Formats: sequence, structure tokens, C-alpha cells
Amino acid sequence: MRVFLELFIEFFQIGLFAVGGGPATIPFLMDLPSRHDWYERADVASMLAVSESTPGPIGINMATYAGYNAAGYAGGLVATLSLVLPSIIVIVIVAKILESFNKNPYVKSAFSTIRPAVTGLIATAVLGIWETSLFTAEDGSFRFPIFSVALCIIFYVAMNHKKLKKLHPAFWILCGAVFGIVFKM
Amino acid sequence: MKELFSLYATFFRIGGLTFGGGLTMLPMLTHELVEKKDWVTEDELLDYYAVGQCTPGIIAVNTATFVGYKRKGVMGGIFATLGMISPSLIIISILAMFLNQWLSNVWVSHAVNGIKVVVCALMLNTIVTMAKKSIVSALSGAVAVIAFLLALFTPVPTVLIVIIAGVLGIILYKTGGLKV
Repeated sequence: MRVFLELFIEFFQIGLFAVGGGPATIPFLMDLPSRHDWYERADVASMLAVSESTPGPIGINMATYAGYNAAGYAGGLVATLSLVLPSIIVIVIVAKILESFNKNPYVKSAFSTIRPAVTGLIATAVLGIWETSLFTAEDGSFRFPIFSVALCIIFYVAMNHKKLKKLHPAFWILCGAVFGIVFKM
Repeated sequence: MKELFSLYATFFRIGGLTFGGGLTMLPMLTHELVEKKDWVTEDELLDYYAVGQCTPGIIAVNTATFVGYKRKGVMGGIFATLGMISPSLIIISILAMFLNQWLSNVWVSHAVNGIKVVVCALMLNTIVTMAKKSIVSALSGAVAVIAFLLALFTPVPTVLIVIIAGVLGIILYKTGGLKV
């Protein structure tokens, strides 16, 4: 029972403070393993891959997956409902004052600094994902896999090529799976 | 009751047929809510969407709550949101069950290692896109760098950094250091 209460508290907080949608949940999800043994930091990369290549908002998929790893189906349900509860509360309040909310100078000034701060937080989380997925060997020591790093740069350049920009992330994830099998990564 | 169910069904379809959430969801929302259902106008939808981006939480969920609330009050908001998250709950629960079993397979683990490289590239893409949108002045650049360093080198909780950033914005506005 305790794990459900913990899931509720953690994911309610994430729902309340992850401003800017799905990617904003990543810093929080990278943080969770330091307090709970639901999953490991190294698992976040595969969670992201699954969330990006299945239907539905990424943040919701991540919450379901994290909750499932923590406490099975019920865990996925509790984590996801806890994540959306703050949205429902906040939006119902905001909907009543919609006209003034958007133009309120306090709201605008607060969000003008929250947005870049969230970008900084996500940058830290991305570094963490690189560290666990690329630069950590199976025994936990540092490694520098030249092939994987080069491949990562090639993928990044390819997905920003103007002819390939429209391709869905799921396409790149499939490419990654094929490369991984062919080169026995 | 019928309209609540219709809200649930419509947002279930949107959640089940769009990949990625956020901006990629807008064409689907327009098609379902403006063209098929005539529940909201395109301008209203863009307004909801804008508010959904600057309120906490998942943008797609915020937009669903908004539209549902407008149609049928609080219950409408709840039904629309439940519709939006149901496909994820079903699909991810099934996948997670298999994935955890598959991961012990050697071929799957090769595939996962390849996928992790792509995720690293995708995340780089995400952070560059977000930086371009959110870092628009020297102040926002400084805030981003400070938040980055705090999160990287200190144990200050993520939640606290978000709160401090918001308070800083309001203080700067009050003292005239920030024009909005």
C-alpha cells in the first residue's frame, strides 16, 4: 500500500511542476531513482524509446511505464492518474479566468523565467541519459564507445537534414534497433 | 451522460492515434474537435493550447481538460482527460509486461543498445529545439545556465529550481528588471 502513496506523492508533484509538457517530466524521472528503487537511471533511455514510439503523450507513457515498473498494472494506473490530477485542478481554475490568465503580467513574468530554467533542467537530464546509455560500462565504470558516439552524431545530423526532418522519432528508433542487431552493439 | 461518453470516446481516439504528444497533436485535435465535432472554434483551440503550454502538466492533457470543461464542466474535463490517457495506460501496460521479459534475450539487448544511441540523439534534438524557443534574451540564457549548473552539481531539488525561477521572474517584473 505504501508504494501507491509514494507513487501518488511523486507523480502529483511531477504533474504540478513539469511545466512545458512531456520532456519537462524527464528531469524528475531521472531524479526518482535516487529516492526509490522503482527503476534505475539507466532504464530511463529505454522508457523514452518506448514512450516515443507508442501512441499517446510522451509524459503519460513515461508515467505509466515508471508506475508499472514500481508496482505493476495498479502502479501504472496510480502514477498516471496522479500525474494528470494537478492538470485537472489547475485547468478548471484557469478556465474560469482564461481571458485574464494569459495576459496577466505576473503569470507572464513567472513563465518567462520558468521556461528557460526548465530547459536548463532538461539539459542536465539529457546529460544524465548520455552518461548512463553511452558512457557507463556494464560494471559501472566509465567508457568511451567511439562507434556509438559517432553513430549518435550521425543520427543527430540525419534527423536534422531538411529532407528527413519530417520523419517520426519511431522511424529513427527502428533504425537504432536494426543497427544494434547488425553490429551486435 | 451521452456527451460525457462522447468526450471520452473522442479523446480516446486522439490519444490512441497520435504519437509524441505536444505540437504533433495539434492537427489531430483540429480535425477531431473543430472539423468533425464543432465543439470549439480553431481560435479557441489555439487559445487552450497556448494556456496548456504555460500551465503545469502534460500539454495534451491540459488541452483535453480545457475542451471537456468547456463542454460539460468539471465532469467533462475529467472524462476528456481519462479518454486521452486510456490508450497509453493500455498499450504501455501490455508492452511493459513483455519488454521486461524480452530484455534478457541477447538479440533484444543488442537492439536496445542501438535504440539507446538513437534516444541520445533524439534528446539532443529536443534540448536544442527547447533552447531555441525558451532562450530569447541574456536573462533567459543566464537562468537556463544557472538551472543547468544547479541541477548538475548541487542536490537542490528540481521542484525548488522551478519555484525559484518563477519567483525570480515575478520579482524582476516588480522591480522593473523584466518587461512583459
